[in-house]
Amino acid sequence: MKNATPLLSRRGLLIGAGIAAAAIAARPRLTQAAVTEADRLIETLTGGVTPQAGKVSIKLPQIAENGNTVPFTVSVDSPMTDKDFVKAVHVVAEGNPAPGVASFNFTPAAGKAEVAMRMRLAKTQNVRAIAVMSDGSVYQAEQEVKVTIGGCGG
Amino acid sequence: MAAPSIKIKVPATASKGEIIEIKSTIAHDMESGQRKDKSGNAIPRQIINRFVCTYNGKEMFTSDWHPAISANPYLAFFLKVEEAGTVELSWQDDDGAVYKRSAEIKLA
Repeated sequence: MKNATPLLSRRGLLIGAGIAAAAIAARPRLTQAAVTEADRLIETLTGGVTPQAGKVSIKLPQIAENGNTVPFTVSVDSPMTDKDFVKAVHVVAEGNPAPGVASFNFTPAAGKAEVAMRMRLAKTQNVRAIAVMSDGSVYQAEQEVKVTIGGCGG
Repeated sequence: MAAPSIKIKVPATASKGEIIEIKSTIAHDMESGQRKDKSGNAIPRQIINRFVCTYNGKEMFTSDWHPAISANPYLAFFLKVEEAGTVELSWQDDDGAVYKRSAEIKLA
């Protein structure tokens, strides 16, 4: 009986190490797959135009304790006139089971291209905001959110 | 599903050309379709998939929502007021139901 404890703990340690190794091995592959899916979605949404940096900004918490309600605000720098306005803003979460979060379609009558909502995040991941302007150019912003408890249920 | 409770916040008056903020929440589970019940069966997806804002009958702002939107969706956005009128917000459910609320805006 005296020997049982060290043995057990060694086994526990080995199992633990095994799980950790598996998790490390699995992680890059999962992230890669999710990113490709998000990329594919963005390509469909933008019609294949490569996004540039700038103009659009996304405001998110750096750490989200509850992945069920993560507040976000997307704003785009645009005069919102009939000639120059934001047509659409798409929010994409790279690490969710389905990357699409929401699409917002603006008209010049919005006056200001800014929108706030709350979303679910399954795990720690990058969230991207894509803005499609009236002249067809596309801008992108992204931020990582660390999620403590995932928001997709069991 | 019974008609959900909706709260909207729209200013009663605005000056011509003013950009106003409209805030809204609607009570809805936004069932993602990812969850399972106690016996392991998938709970079917039922979310609000579209939001539309019209002003005097003209579409001003629309939005398409996916299961990643949180339960009881909150939305805040802006509108430029050029004339007095009625703003109408509507939410479209996966089951085909449409929930509506409207508010009057007067020119100050």
